[in-house]
Amino acid sequence: MLRFILSRIAVLIPTFVGVTLVAFLFIRLLPGDPVEMMAGERGTSPERHAELMARFGFDRPWWEQYLAFLGNVLQGDLGNSIVTKAPVLSEFLTLFPATLELSICAILFAIVFGLPAGVLAASRRGTIFDHGVMAVTLTGYSMPIFWWGLLLIILFSGILGWTPVSGRIDLLYFFEPVTGFMLIDSLLSDQDGAFMSAFSHLVLPTIVLGTIPLAVIARQTRSAMLEVLSEDYVRTARAKGLPTRRVVGLHAFRNALIPVVTTIGLQTGVLLAGAILTETIFSWPGVGKWLIDSIFRRDYPSVQGGLLLIASVVMIVNLLVDLTYGLIDPRIRHGR
Amino acid sequence: MSLLEIRNLTVRFATASGWFTAVEGVDLSVEKGEIVAIVGESGSGKSVSMLAVMGLLPPTAQVTADVLAFDGKDLLTISPAERRALTGADMAMIFQEPMSSLNPCFTVGFQIEEALRLHLGLNKRQARDRAVELLTQVGIPSPAQRLSAYPHQLSGGMSQRVMIAMAIACDPRLLIADEPTTALDVTIQAQILDLLVDLQERRGMALILITHAMGVVAETAQRVVVQYAGWQVEKQDVYGLFDHPHHPYTAALLTALPERAVEGTRLASIPGVVPGQFDKPSGCLFHPRCPRADQRCVEVRPVPAGPELGEAVCHYPLGGAR
Ligand SMILES: Nc1ncnc2c1ncn2[C@@H]1O[C@H](COP(=O)(O)OP(=O)(O)OP(=O)(O)O)[C@@H](O)[C@H]1O
Ligand SMILES: [Mg+2]
Repeated sequence: MLRFILSRIAVLIPTFVGVTLVAFLFIRLLPGDPVEMMAGERGTSPERHAELMARFGFDRPWWEQYLAFLGNVLQGDLGNSIVTKAPVLSEFLTLFPATLELSICAILFAIVFGLPAGVLAASRRGTIFDHGVMAVTLTGYSMPIFWWGLLLIILFSGILGWTPVSGRIDLLYFFEPVTGFMLIDSLLSDQDGAFMSAFSHLVLPTIVLGTIPLAVIARQTRSAMLEVLSEDYVRTARAKGLPTRRVVGLHAFRNALIPVVTTIGLQTGVLLAGAILTETIFSWPGVGKWLIDSIFRRDYPSVQGGLLLIASVVMIVNLLVDLTYGLIDPRIRHGR
Repeated sequence: MSLLEIRNLTVRFATASGWFTAVEGVDLSVEKGEIVAIVGESGSGKSVSMLAVMGLLPPTAQVTADVLAFDGKDLLTISPAERRALTGADMAMIFQEPMSSLNPCFTVGFQIEEALRLHLGLNKRQARDRAVELLTQVGIPSPAQRLSAYPHQLSGGMSQRVMIAMAIACDPRLLIADEPTTALDVTIQAQILDLLVDLQERRGMALILITHAMGVVAETAQRVVVQYAGWQVEKQDVYGLFDHPHHPYTAALLTALPERAVEGTRLASIPGVVPGQFDKPSGCLFHPRCPRADQRCVEVRPVPAGPELGEAVCHYPLGGAR
């Protein structure tokens, strides 16, 4: 098992270096530069432009800049934002809990509804329920996030007036962040109604962000279950006279988990990409919205640092997923 | 009353190209404590007919019968809960592929104890003790350690022993063994077979042994049923069958036995294969491969002869008046 873990970590190193390069190049491939963006409509003289670019070190050849960036990253320094002058890492860490809270809620939402839907659809293959799940998930999967978010806002916030449109909590409430998770902090604050307010702010973004992962998880679970249900050992389980619940929910499900957990891991990556859009729609103060803002400002350090950090989070999630394989499947644990 | 009573069992599968009848008109009664063998080539519906008895066919299968009763209980109208109380407890089955029949995610102990706790209501401790006992009975060395092994750590022979332990866990009165040795090494085959017969004798359970090896039949069974393409073509006690086969197919199976083969002739004395869904012949299903077939066999479907001729489904049973 230890060898298994170490081998997975070793694979991450080249991936990490690759990601630094992509993060570095991405923002520089966009037209315009930070100085131009800051000057805005007024514009700036070529001399002043060159001077400012030199001050930030953007006049050096790109590979020189990249090596400097890589060197700093390896020392844990992601540089400072050229807009706010604050360290990129600390800006990211302040905003990240908001994104994390939203992402966790969204993936939980996707798992809680997607897994049972997939399992039930598979065990009732060909029934109306099965066809229903397939149709609904296909629709959910094809739904553009922006359009879906607006649709929900119009219905639940506009027409029904049930949920707020933006932010994480009503401005009425104020308390110091303890965990950075609004749901938990609002409970700890002991203020009446704070939790409900945080909750109602979270509902729509969670649904919007969780829809695609839900659809993918449900469909993947269904097909993994269908494959496993025709295995010999499932017949053995039935030959013991076990109730269907146990045959499907334990004997088959346990074996279907590997591909499903893989999907959940991959969807977490997709989720962080989706978070950028969702946060923009709901003015959710997380790293997604911050990243978009930084891109528009051509804030090179913020964008490359932010991308790198998000990619690192995805890599860590995937590592954790790999490690759970060993827990699920004894054959992997025993190195076979 | 027989332990297992089957009259006119028919199994059809709904396939993309219509219904396919895999088993047609099978009759069989099994008495307490006897060994019955079902023989026939691959595709003759041996597994399907016994899976129908166990209620383990996929939902695409349609099972009909005039009588399908275990110990007087009608298996066709029984409720799912009553059926589950029987399966794994009073009637059990072991399968052709031991390696894939054990769940790779759970330990051997878990898989054996599960049935014990469900049917006999044993607690964790009692189930564990009983599982050790069972593994000892099926001849697995250091059984206590084996309980925490996973299936991938077992050889094929060991897996089949575990499957047998699982099947006999609740003292079934009927054990169906579906080609229990086909997937195993030749050296292991005899051991597993001896184990089955030994257990059958000691526990006095009935054993239905599915096989395509006539040699196995001769060594173990008291009565033999021969199936071909879903039909039950002959039924006799084992001495009668080996001395006086009445169906040409049975005779052909017997000449395929190595010790009976005449010097210089091919081992498999019947050319061709069992017809499947798309090449079911008219008349007698066996006529394309039968050396004795004539026009009547091509056109008219034969009916079973009398018991003195092994109920052979043939127009011209061997040993009968021609
Ligand atoms: N689920 C199914 N759907 C459709 N046809 C099936 C199904 N299961 C079995 N059959 C068909 O039923 C026929 C009988 O199969 P069966 O498995 O009973 O043969 P068998 O006598 O056990 O052969 P073997 O010695 O290979 O185990 C075969 O033609 C097979 O293709
Ligand atoms: Mg078979």
